[in-house]
Amino acid sequence: MTFEYLIKRIGQFFIVAFVAASINFFFPRITGQDPIQQKLAQLQLQGVGTNSEDIKGLIETYNRKFGLDQPLWRQYLTYLGDTARLDFGQSISNYPATVLSMLRQAIPWSVGLLTTATLISFVIGTLIGALIVWGKAPWILRVVFPAFFVFSAVPFYLMGIILLYIFAFQLNIFPLFGGYSAERIPEFSLSFWLDVAEHALLPAASIVLAQIGFWALGMRSMMVTIQGEDYMLQAEAKGLKGPRIFFRYAMRNAILPQITGLALTLGTIISGAILVEVVFGYPGVGTVLRNAIQGFDWFVLQGVVFMIIITVAFTMLIIDLIYPWLDPRISYRRD
Amino acid sequence: MTQLRETVIPAGIPLVASPSTSRAQRIYRYFRRNPALIAGLVMLFLLVFSWVVGSLATEPTDARPLSYRPSQPPSAEHWLGTDRLGKDILAVMVEGVPLTLRIGITAGAIGVLIGTFLAFFSGYYGGALDAFVKSTVDILRTVPPLLVLIVIAISIPGNISVNAMALIVAALAWLDPTRLLRSQVLVIKQQPYVEMARFTGMSGPEIIIKEMMPNLMPYIVSTFVLAVSSGILASIGLEALGLGPFEANTLGMTIYWNIWYGSLLNGWWWWWVPPIFIIVYLSIGLFLVSQGLDEWANPRLRRSV
Repeated sequence: MTFEYLIKRIGQFFIVAFVAASINFFFPRITGQDPIQQKLAQLQLQGVGTNSEDIKGLIETYNRKFGLDQPLWRQYLTYLGDTARLDFGQSISNYPATVLSMLRQAIPWSVGLLTTATLISFVIGTLIGALIVWGKAPWILRVVFPAFFVFSAVPFYLMGIILLYIFAFQLNIFPLFGGYSAERIPEFSLSFWLDVAEHALLPAASIVLAQIGFWALGMRSMMVTIQGEDYMLQAEAKGLKGPRIFFRYAMRNAILPQITGLALTLGTIISGAILVEVVFGYPGVGTVLRNAIQGFDWFVLQGVVFMIIITVAFTMLIIDLIYPWLDPRISYRRD
Repeated sequence: MTQLRETVIPAGIPLVASPSTSRAQRIYRYFRRNPALIAGLVMLFLLVFSWVVGSLATEPTDARPLSYRPSQPPSAEHWLGTDRLGKDILAVMVEGVPLTLRIGITAGAIGVLIGTFLAFFSGYYGGALDAFVKSTVDILRTVPPLLVLIVIAISIPGNISVNAMALIVAALAWLDPTRLLRSQVLVIKQQPYVEMARFTGMSGPEIIIKEMMPNLMPYIVSTFVLAVSSGILASIGLEALGLGPFEANTLGMTIYWNIWYGSLLNGWWWWWVPPIFIIVYLSIGLFLVSQGLDEWANPRLRRSV
């Protein structure tokens, strides 16, 4: 990997961060009015929810923070500076909780759910795709495969509603709601972890079911491509055993583009996972986002949007940087 | 999640069979070779058919709140039952399907128009314009689309109309068409007939419109179908979060009210099953059509597994 590529790629990451922050700043102002200020004023008039003293405080903070008497470019610079320090301000609905503290609570839930579900579907899907081409797949897989293919066209959260109805409402096997039982206090104990796993199973399953087809499809087409390669013929000619050829020669080479696929679909996967959390009332970032939308909790919304975009961009940066290490055939040169 | 394969269109493979067979025969043979396209088209046709039946069985006024007793299960009078707000669910679906389709088609059309324009001009001319388009698309692709749409939707003051919804979704709908079509333009730009056209002194825009676009037409149509499908899903995602036209009975708003009133926990299955069924059915139908068109656009796929 060239130094030049490294700089370019890291630069790209900062551009994404900058674009994300700018979207947050400019879109609410694009209509010429400031919906945040309007909403705050409206809340103050109604005096609903939080008490009016708090809202007065919020408006003052808002005015001071964005310096509304200042010219736009100075407001923008102040805003960029705050965002760089991850200072997103305070929540309107949960005043005086800071946005960052709310995010800190929610992020582990989302990351845990999404990472586990994506890894599971990646492994299962890749294996299924490879086995289908290899011709050693059990017949049941051949029957089910087209179904997974079709599932990949269905959004995660709709799958979630169906699973929720069958397994939680009708059969009563899994809990209906939340990340852990209401009567429990989060702690590091086996029984609490089991409770968490029980709650995570259905949301994870809906993400896995919707994703498997995508991975299987990608793997299948790669396996077809590499089957004609010379090294496959050579491995067979050497008389190597089937499993060794399958894992060490075929899968090892075919799996690499799957990793690029992971990087490219991460954004879509996360968009879907946000809605899965909403359906299951899972205590992650998606639910925080939904509540922020419904309560017009602008600062929380901005914080969540910015943090998710940054996390995705950062993950992609990491994948891109370790990719040439995984696949020595790739060398980054100028194109 | 699904993506068009970015494969190369091979030169010299005739798309049409020999002229000795009749046109009807050729079409019949083509459909037999391409079951995905026919299955998708049949699915979409059945949806239109059941929409016609549904619209004959209901009055548009049945979809207004407080028309009937709320939360009644399906009966002879209300085939799909009534919802918590006292609307006839069949009437809601009859109103909602065209609205949701309108959002998807408008957004998809805008997206493909912009995408085609950007892809052809940047791909054909190359240079600084191409570098700019390519890096913009690459960077925006890494951003989860739903989040950007949320920020746009929430910035709109007052109620969101159905048309505004289409425009919001269109804001990102050009990304995939631009990327997919640009990679095709880069390939066919090298083909002899394009070079031939250049030698005969045709201008750039002329070559793009007269030579390249007709050749990529199946591909553009397939991209359009994909864009419609993802536009529909994006609008439903936004609406499910509460960012939609509250006074309209789109499929996504029906999902929103379902989540809002906890229809799952209340056992009102007849309320959430129809919208979810239609969304799943519609996306599978559109998915199959785009797969079929993709195969039409790219005959080499036929020979792979």
